[in-house]
Amino acid sequence: MKDSNYIIEFSHISKSFGEKCVLNDVSLYVKKGEFVTILGPSGCGKTTLLRILAGFGTVDEGEIRIAGEDITDVPPHERPVNTVFQRYALFPHLNVYDNIAFGLKLKKVKADEIETRVRKALKMVGMTDYEWRDVNSLSGGQQQRVAIARAIINRPQVLLLDEPLAALDLKMRKDMQMELKDMHKSLGITFIYVTHDQEEALTLSDTIVVMSEGKVQQIGTPTDIYNEPVNAFVADFIGESNILNGKMIRDKAVEFMGLEFECVDEGFGENAPVDVVIRPEDVYIMAHTDSGQFEGVVQSCIFKGVHYEMTVLTANGYEIMIQDYNAFEVGQTVSMIIKPSDIHVMRKERMCNKFEGTMVDATHVEILGTSFVCNEVANVAGGEKVLVEVDFDKIELMDNKEDGTLMGDVRFILYKGDHYHLTVRTENNDNVYVDTHDVWDDRDIVGIRIQPDDLRITFV
Amino acid sequence: MKKFIAQSYLWLLLALLYAPIIIIAIFSFTEAKVLGNWTGFSTKLYTSLFQSGAHHSLVSAIENTLIIALISAVVSTVLGSVAAIGIDRLRGHKRTVLNTLNNIPMLNPDIITGISLFLLFVSLGISQGYMTVILAHITFCTPYVVLCVLPRLQQMNPNIFEAALDLGATPFQALRKVLIPEIKPGMISGFILAFTLSIDDFAVTIFTIGTEGLETLSTYIYADARKGGLTPELRPLSTIIFATVLLLLVVINIRAERNRRKEETLR
Repeated sequence: MKDSNYIIEFSHISKSFGEKCVLNDVSLYVKKGEFVTILGPSGCGKTTLLRILAGFGTVDEGEIRIAGEDITDVPPHERPVNTVFQRYALFPHLNVYDNIAFGLKLKKVKADEIETRVRKALKMVGMTDYEWRDVNSLSGGQQQRVAIARAIINRPQVLLLDEPLAALDLKMRKDMQMELKDMHKSLGITFIYVTHDQEEALTLSDTIVVMSEGKVQQIGTPTDIYNEPVNAFVADFIGESNILNGKMIRDKAVEFMGLEFECVDEGFGENAPVDVVIRPEDVYIMAHTDSGQFEGVVQSCIFKGVHYEMTVLTANGYEIMIQDYNAFEVGQTVSMIIKPSDIHVMRKERMCNKFEGTMVDATHVEILGTSFVCNEVANVAGGEKVLVEVDFDKIELMDNKEDGTLMGDVRFILYKGDHYHLTVRTENNDNVYVDTHDVWDDRDIVGIRIQPDDLRITFV
Repeated sequence: MKKFIAQSYLWLLLALLYAPIIIIAIFSFTEAKVLGNWTGFSTKLYTSLFQSGAHHSLVSAIENTLIIALISAVVSTVLGSVAAIGIDRLRGHKRTVLNTLNNIPMLNPDIITGISLFLLFVSLGISQGYMTVILAHITFCTPYVVLCVLPRLQQMNPNIFEAALDLGATPFQALRKVLIPEIKPGMISGFILAFTLSIDDFAVTIFTIGTEGLETLSTYIYADARKGGLTPELRPLSTIIFATVLLLLVVINIRAERNRRKEETLR
């Protein structure tokens, strides 16, 4: 990218800590003055990305440019960025004034200019008259304000914020969100904001970058990300959603829950398996009538302040979450309608598990770093490279980890209306995808077993 | 009744602890050569202690002790603090190994440290004197400084060093303006500990002091006691040292209490 519109060009960055790949070919281009939020669950690499931008971490591969200048190997103190840390990181031995003046004093700015700028920064964060206070005597919110003032006084080109509001209580967090947004407007500098709070990301950002497992999943405006998620992970992570297996019958017609619906999506081809996302507020629910598209029985109904959140079990066994201003009684039969424009169709990321493996002998194949018993394969000497396919529902998970051929832990759970789609991470850091009706919890340690009949082996 | 027993137990314990030093202090105010004889109140021992020439070897032993203690405390504070910063940066296995390596010299009996240093200096052909005593004292004081500084580093918010870099400080400026002020209390207590350990030491000193006539307070008293009877002037000297330490402790405690009150009123 040679476009000079970009203040940050973060190209093809990879970073590993030992065996673990934290950032996998991440690219990100940020326009001047944008408010960009990097959103993802803990351990997705978002903080590592921010630390690399600040200069606290090196990269294994890739290049970072700020304002067109290559800063990949520039130390943190020479970068035109400043950081607001999650735990404030104020200097405890200095008072509020000296904390804020720290950067300017290093730059040998004249004392009277420092004073006017410190007062201006304090005013900006609403902390006038606090300059001689001991920072240890301030509340969390006040400390964070000082930390922001300390960063913005240096007039950086980019302000990096690492979950700055995570340690504050809800009310304070909401207030600070609004103040940050105002500050971004009046300062006109680029903000890179890291958070795991999707609501915060939707509220604040011009652009959201959704990350998972060291990869960028989607980059887009809050509306894009919410309305047009590219995959099941994004759909599940941002807001509430019903994610169901479906099949694109032809253009503008999709089948899910055993029914055919009209939709607006095209270009998937005929009979293509897809994931269907329906936001709970997009299902119209009404007392039983013949004009509904499908029927169901209300399973639960919870008051959420503005709306009611209900789960409805459809006639053919799918559980759907619905949000509506009207409450329907538990046990009541209801009818539902979904408008074509509210059905979001996504191409499936995968149809089954595909593992690269090696034949050990005629009845054993090594995949995922473990030897599995398979049906006898003819003409095998051992050592042949093979591709092994296993359907999602053919992988057995066991409570007792010793019972499995190998061990793993549950990393991601997606409810698909009538079953769960799990991502299980094995001991060797491979992902195994499992469809199951059993309920597992995040981070459960499980044993993994596959029957010989379910291993489909092809030579490569 | 129960309270009375508890109280008297406490006082008995304190009396046993302080009896020797109190007896010395009392008998420093009399002229008798032998400890235990009271020949009437007198401050003669105090004046003769400070009379020039009269007890030249004792005064020079005190001087030597203080100079050695000061130099070794300063050097070991610097070395120990740097080492602590290094250890704090390490993670996992390496950190455990280095921590253990730091603890071993402290647990090692002084006599072993003394003999091994003696053998080392002899085998390297270094003539023993001021230099070897100071080197030996730095050797056994440094681990204690590490032990004092390390907890301060662990309590510190790990981001504040990075925050300083982020605000434009070079790594050296960040060390000087942020890290050192943060660990200063640990460095001060490390320094005090090193200083007192050095003054106190006998076992290591006797092996490294050589035969050139250099004496520290502890080796002087040892030699003096073996000659038969202690010089009476040691009584006022002990009393003065004890009084100084007592005064220092009182001052430190009052300061700590004041700081605590100040912080409380701020909250």
